[in-house]
Amino acid sequence: MNLSIMWDAVPKLLAGVPVTLQLVGLALLFGFALAAGVAWMRLSASKLLSRIAAGYVFVFRGTPLLVQIFLIYYGLGQFQAVRASIFWDILREPYWCGVIALTLNTAAYTSEMIRGGVQSVPHGQIEAARACGFSRLMVFRRIVAPIAVRQALPAYGNEIILMVKASSLASTITLLEITGIARRIISQSFAVFEVFIVAGAIYLLINFLITRLIRYAEWRVTPHLRRPA
Amino acid sequence: MNKTLASIAAGMALFAAASVVEAPAAHAQTKVRIATEGAYLPWNGMDASGKLIGFEIDLSAELCKRIGATCEVMAQDWDGIIPGLQSRKYDLIMAGMSITDERKQVISFAGPYATEPTVFAAMKGSPLLALNLPTTSVDMSEISPDEQKLIDQSAAAVKGKTVGVQVSTIQQNMVEQLMPGVEVRAYDKVDNMGLDLVSGRIDAIVADRSAIEGLIKAGEQNKDITKFGPAFSRGVLGEGVGIGLRKADTELQGKLDKAIKDATADGTITKLSTQWFGYDTSIK
Amino acid sequence: MLELLAWGDTGWGDELVRGTLMTLAVAVCSFALGQVFGTLGASAKLNGGIVTRALAEIYTTVVRGVPELLVIYLLFFGTGNAIMGVASLFGYTGYIEVNAFTIGTLSVGLISGAYSTEVIRGAIQAVPFGQIEAGRALGMSRARILFRILLPQTLRYALPGLGNVWQLTLKDTALISVTALAELMRSAQVAAGVTRDPFLFYAVAAVLYLVLTSISTYAFDRAERHSNRGVRRA
Repeated sequence: MNLSIMWDAVPKLLAGVPVTLQLVGLALLFGFALAAGVAWMRLSASKLLSRIAAGYVFVFRGTPLLVQIFLIYYGLGQFQAVRASIFWDILREPYWCGVIALTLNTAAYTSEMIRGGVQSVPHGQIEAARACGFSRLMVFRRIVAPIAVRQALPAYGNEIILMVKASSLASTITLLEITGIARRIISQSFAVFEVFIVAGAIYLLINFLITRLIRYAEWRVTPHLRRPA
Repeated sequence: MNKTLASIAAGMALFAAASVVEAPAAHAQTKVRIATEGAYLPWNGMDASGKLIGFEIDLSAELCKRIGATCEVMAQDWDGIIPGLQSRKYDLIMAGMSITDERKQVISFAGPYATEPTVFAAMKGSPLLALNLPTTSVDMSEISPDEQKLIDQSAAAVKGKTVGVQVSTIQQNMVEQLMPGVEVRAYDKVDNMGLDLVSGRIDAIVADRSAIEGLIKAGEQNKDITKFGPAFSRGVLGEGVGIGLRKADTELQGKLDKAIKDATADGTITKLSTQWFGYDTSIK
Repeated sequence: MLELLAWGDTGWGDELVRGTLMTLAVAVCSFALGQVFGTLGASAKLNGGIVTRALAEIYTTVVRGVPELLVIYLLFFGTGNAIMGVASLFGYTGYIEVNAFTIGTLSVGLISGAYSTEVIRGAIQAVPFGQIEAGRALGMSRARILFRILLPQTLRYALPGLGNVWQLTLKDTALISVTALAELMRSAQVAAGVTRDPFLFYAVAAVLYLVLTSISTYAFDRAERHSNRGVRRA
């Protein structure tokens, strides 16, 4: 174990943190929006919409992310039709391919959490709100959303951490996030252990901070579980 | 249930017995394990039955015969090939790996057994080809003013462009050291680099000449890949392709050095080279 | 297109099917190993002393907080040297070969075990303590309490969680492709590289993974229904 290599790797690897966080942040943002749509389809009365949503969730939860990334990056780039289309401006960039793959992946998992959260809302409460003359929007905002968020938050916290870890696979399509930079350093110094251990520690730290944030958020949304001061 | 258990146990016993019997036979001759990439034709590659093929596969068989060892060639991804040697996953590397000072700090080499210049390539119709850069050879071990001009010309051509290299290669070093202002994209495999050149994600690639020719020949989609500019060699590109081995294995290194020298002298390497490359890559 | 998927020396069909079987083999072995690690981890967390508890905590935190790819890389380049280091302590300096399958299974098993630890721990805690007390009051031995009360119920509570861990394990095996073990992802990568048809081969790989996950989802559903057959539905 060579400590000076480890020490030298720290600033270089930290330079990859913004890219990792950006990838994860954008994927979570777009993923949540997409997931809300998918969950809405899944819960809708239309059999067709529900089937489509279920199929999407099945495919993206049932295959490894690595396959999805390669399929989107190398697979789509293979077709002249794709390259001639307006999507190519986005798909030609490894960065956006990474964001798209992570988005599609997290949306599949998140939609199921949203569905579970919404379904966990006792029907009586919705009926009670309606009886009080709440509008549909108000029912959602005051009754469904708070209960669903409270229900889904712990699972969503795990999903964020899984996304941070999953973003390391973006290094396979030439992206220079933490793992990508680690591989590049290793390609020059051949010091696998030293560099990957530092990279691992950085991921661990990021995930630790995220866990803390989620705990805090959980505490915020469950005032009823706190002991009165 | 008990029957299944019994048959599994019997199977395991048989297997154990078999491996015990086999073990002494394998020890009679030195067993050498060789790593290659399997994605770098004509040096090394894979056929449709998943079998390793290529110049280095044939050469390894020849060299092993000469040093009196039994050899096993296995595939290993390029970016982990040196760490794998260090952690004793195998004993030798024959993967089109050039002998460079950087690598010599961590492993040693036998050979060189072949050499190939480095060239750039772009797609037909690319403005880079329209520049009509001279295609002379540039030996970078001692750079003459004329040669420096050629290097500068090439550097100016690719400046601001996105250029694909295979990660951890001499070509990556060359571009990063001699050609500032290039956006380098490092790929795990030459194949993937080729896919991105064809799809237009990158403007040019740089690799060893035969690997680029291997790419061009690999499929219909690749026929428009075109080489351009000078053929670079030596200097930052190293002293030709050799067999990588652990620094401690000096005895093996000596044997292999001799075997390579003999195989070069008696024309064996020339023969294998002509068979795989279409021309002679041996060291004269 | 279809000739690319042909069986035999001209196509990649047989390689892909063999890769699928290899993936299944690695996944099954890793999952089994994961259950061993998971049981050890859970019992360390629940009954261990301060040191074993801390060790189990470090194990699950680190393995679940670091990307799987890094765990696999570290083990891939590390196990050989580590095992030989241990062997040399006992005076053996020869070469000990650790093949890609073993390392792949070990690393995915380690990951699988970290997630299983939490699932098993939760399931053990879900068994009402009163039942164990009742068992003791009836004079049951520790082993009998374990086999008659704890295990059957733990298994029932753990099944849904373990089903998720199994899916995770199965998909994580794709990352062993970096160790050049000829599992499904690796076969697809090699075929895509040689034929320059990445879409076809990654799509086929995706379908094969879907086949594996759907079969196993079905199997776990059946197992869950079977284990819940005595439970009254609310």
